[in-house]
This record gives sequence, structure tokens and C-alpha cells, in this order.
Amino acid sequence: MYVAVKGGETAIENAHAWLAEERRGATDIDELSIAQIREQLGLAVNRVMAEGSLYDPDLATLAIKQSRGDLIEAIFLIRAYRTTLPRFGYSNPVKTGEMACDRRISATFKDAPGGQVLGPTFDYTHRLLDFKLAAEGEVPAALTAQPRTEATPHITEFLKGEDIIQDEPASDTTPGDLTREPMEFPSNRPLRLQSLTRGDEGFVLGMAYSTQRGYARNHAFVGELRIGKVGVEMDIPELGFAIDIGEIELTECETVNQFKGSKTEPPQFTRGYGLVFGQSERKSIAMALVDRALRWEELGEDNLGAPAQDEEFVLSHADNIQATGFLEHIKLPHYVDFQSELELVRKLRREAEERITPKEAAE
Amino acid sequence: MTDQTNNSKATRQDWMGLLARAPESALMPLWDKYEGRPNFEWLRSPEVGGVMVRGRTGGTGARFNLGEMTVTRCSLVLHDGTVGHGYVQGRSKPKAQAAALIDALMQTSAAGAVHDQVIAPLKGQMQTDRTDRASKAAATKVEFFTMVRGEDT
Repeated sequence: MYVAVKGGETAIENAHAWLAEERRGATDIDELSIAQIREQLGLAVNRVMAEGSLYDPDLATLAIKQSRGDLIEAIFLIRAYRTTLPRFGYSNPVKTGEMACDRRISATFKDAPGGQVLGPTFDYTHRLLDFKLAAEGEVPAALTAQPRTEATPHITEFLKGEDIIQDEPASDTTPGDLTREPMEFPSNRPLRLQSLTRGDEGFVLGMAYSTQRGYARNHAFVGELRIGKVGVEMDIPELGFAIDIGEIELTECETVNQFKGSKTEPPQFTRGYGLVFGQSERKSIAMALVDRALRWEELGEDNLGAPAQDEEFVLSHADNIQATGFLEHIKLPHYVDFQSELELVRKLRREAEERITPKEAAE
Repeated sequence: MTDQTNNSKATRQDWMGLLARAPESALMPLWDKYEGRPNFEWLRSPEVGGVMVRGRTGGTGARFNLGEMTVTRCSLVLHDGTVGHGYVQGRSKPKAQAAALIDALMQTSAAGAVHDQVIAPLKGQMQTDRTDRASKAAATKVEFFTMVRGEDT
């Protein structure tokens, strides 16, 4: 039951004023600028764009500043802003095969054309705190070499000839859009991918990890991981042709999974797919593993009852804004609800006591 | 469609795409220096919105919705009747207006001047930035060498 109660306006106003002061921190320390956050905390900005489901680095940065670095709060701000935007349309599918790759690695094919390009990675760092960063200093320039000018083809292209890896035939079926219609089950792969790419990184990571530990294990290798920029093209009705409307950074992961074959499919390698806004490597690998686990039915695999195979479980709990909304609402005033619960418990106690007391009196 | 209209479509796609992708900080200083800005009327004043970006499963398969990006668009007409459209990434109305004016001018006799003073230098800057990143990436390419262990019997 909900009953409107008034009161607390002054307390709320004063709380928000204090929040603003705490957000600013000690005033003898320089205030962070939007540009500083965008340039120096780029991976936090990427996460907010990916889970906020809106590619706009400046907005994501503002949200991080406003939320004092609470990324889920920042994602919430972005999701709320997103709903105010008129939808101009849908882009043509991005051509990730034409990506200008900053990073491109494969755990399965050492000599893939285009090579193993590490990019600006944390891999192979020693994970020791670098106290030099605590002091200001010049950063030595990154080294350069002869740039690659041609596009880097997808690694799966090279396996296709042998028919040993499952194909991904192009289809132009209009995919469902969960920002337009609520999710219904059973769903389908395009909707699952939309849900996973904006899902909480921690949740998707946990689900992916569960498959590696044996809950619907699917023997994944990273066939290819690439990070870089791709153009976004859209048909413009008033022009009668498509133009690039921008360029975005993406992380794409394709897993190659061992597959013994099933009633419907021959033995071959199968695939899981992850595609995420920004440099979001952990998230896109996790997404590919969960995508693969959720494909059990289409590949004729057994349902082992593993959480990562249960699309209703995965997709209903992946969204951190839905989860936060429901979780955190229980801290808001429930005085009337609780009053009635209190009345009920007191009544039950009274009745229980009355049942005991007469017996004692009789003895 | 004749070869010529195909050609002009391709070049228009080219400059509109360039203007859409260009960082505001690269476009505006070039545009601010350009002299001879025409008067115009709005057909659609600048409007900020979202476009749902799509991907394909496995990079090549079925389409799916990846997430939105911000886009600002506007349309205007010069006094000689030339129509210019601006569709640019982000939320900058001045950038969208500049893009639409440049799109219109590129269809007039001013095309040569606009190309030389705005389009060409912008393209050059963006190509330099792209090559810089590609050069840094190239320096992180792994060169494998094989170590032979044990005896060959």
C-alpha cells in the first residue's frame, strides 16, 4: 500500500547541498575538469557508455563527475538522459572487418594475416603499483613503426573455406529492440546480444566465469579480439543515400568453441560473439562466452540446468539499472507498509502468548 | 543513374561523412577562418537526437541493436536555393550548422574555395591522427621467433 506523506523538504534540500560540497571535495585541491576525466579515466568513460547504452564520451564523463565516480549511478544518469532523445533512426550494421585496429590478437592462430597487435594493453604488466604515477612527470612517447594501411580481415574468414567452423550467414531481418518493447521469453540471439552488451560487466563476467568452472562448460578460446574505430553509416531519407554519421570505438570478441556435434549439427567449431562500446575487453570476452552458452538450444545441445544456459535468468538480471532500482527502493520510506507488518507481528505474538499463558495458569 | 551523378553522390558522401566524424575542435577553427559565409534560412533548425547503432552476430550474421549514439542534424537553404544538410556525431549545434553550410557551399561555385580551406585540411588532419594511431599499433605487433629445444634425432 502506498500513502502519500509530506515532509522532509528542508532535510532533502540540505542533504543535496551537502552532497554537492562533498562531491567537490577539499577546495584547496584543484577541481577535476570534464576533459581531464575524459582523457585520463577513459576506461571508466567507456564502461558508462557501454552500460548506459549511449555512445557520447562527453556525456559519460559528465555523468562520472556528477556521480562522484559511482559508475552505476553514472550509468543511471545516462539511461535517464537517453530517454529524452528523439530517435532519428537505425544505423546500417557496423562493418567490424573494416575496423582501424588499435589492438588485434588471437589465442588460436599465431600467424593470422595482420598479425598479433597488442595495442595499449594491461596484459604483461606486472600489476605492481607504480609509485611514479603518484608524482607528476613526463610520459615518454609511444614508439611507432610502419603503419598498416589495408583493413585487417576477421580470423574466422580463414577457417570458412574448410567448413570446419560454423558460418554466420548474413540476414537483414529487423531485430527486436528492447528499448522499444519489453523483453519476452523465449527471446532470440539478437535480443540477447543487445541485452548482454548493455548488461552489468560484473554480472556478465560472473556468468561467463561460471561456464569456465563447469556450469555448462563450452571450451572457449578467444579466436579473435579486436579494438578500434569503425564508421557508423545511416541511410538519410532526405538525401536518398547513406552517409557516415560518425565514428565509434568498439571492442569485438569472437570465441571459437570446441563442439563434438549434436543431433542436428556436425562436429565443428562453434562461435560466441561479443561487441561492446569503447575499449571494454573483459566485458566483450565475457559477453561472447555467455552468448555461446545461451545458444545451446539452437545447436541441439543438452540443457544442463546451468544458470548461464537459462536466458530468462541471465537476461532478467543482467541490467544493473533495473537491479539497482528494485534493490535500492527498499531503503525509501515504507512507514505504512512496515506499520501494518508491525501490527501483524504484535498480534501474532499476543495470540501465541495467550495460547501458552492459560496452560501455565492451569498447572 | 549516370556515372556523373554516381560520382557526385560519392563525393558528397565523402565530405558529409568527413564532417560527421570530424572532432568539433578540428572543424570549427577551419570553418571560423573561412570568409564568405552565405546567408541562409533554416529548413530544420539543429536538433539533437539518438541513432540506434546496429551490429551483426559474429560480425557477418543477423543484425542486432548495439546501443545508441548522439547525433545532431539540421537542414538549411541558401538564397540561391541550394539545400545543405548537416548530420554530425555528438550534440554540438554549431558543428551541425557548419556542416550544413559547408554541404550547401560544396554544391555551389564556392566549392573549390571551401574544399581548399576546410575539407582538404580537415581530411589531412584526420588522416594524420589515424596514421599516428596505426603507427603506434604497428610498433606493438608481435614478431615471433622459434627456439629449438632438445636434440634432433
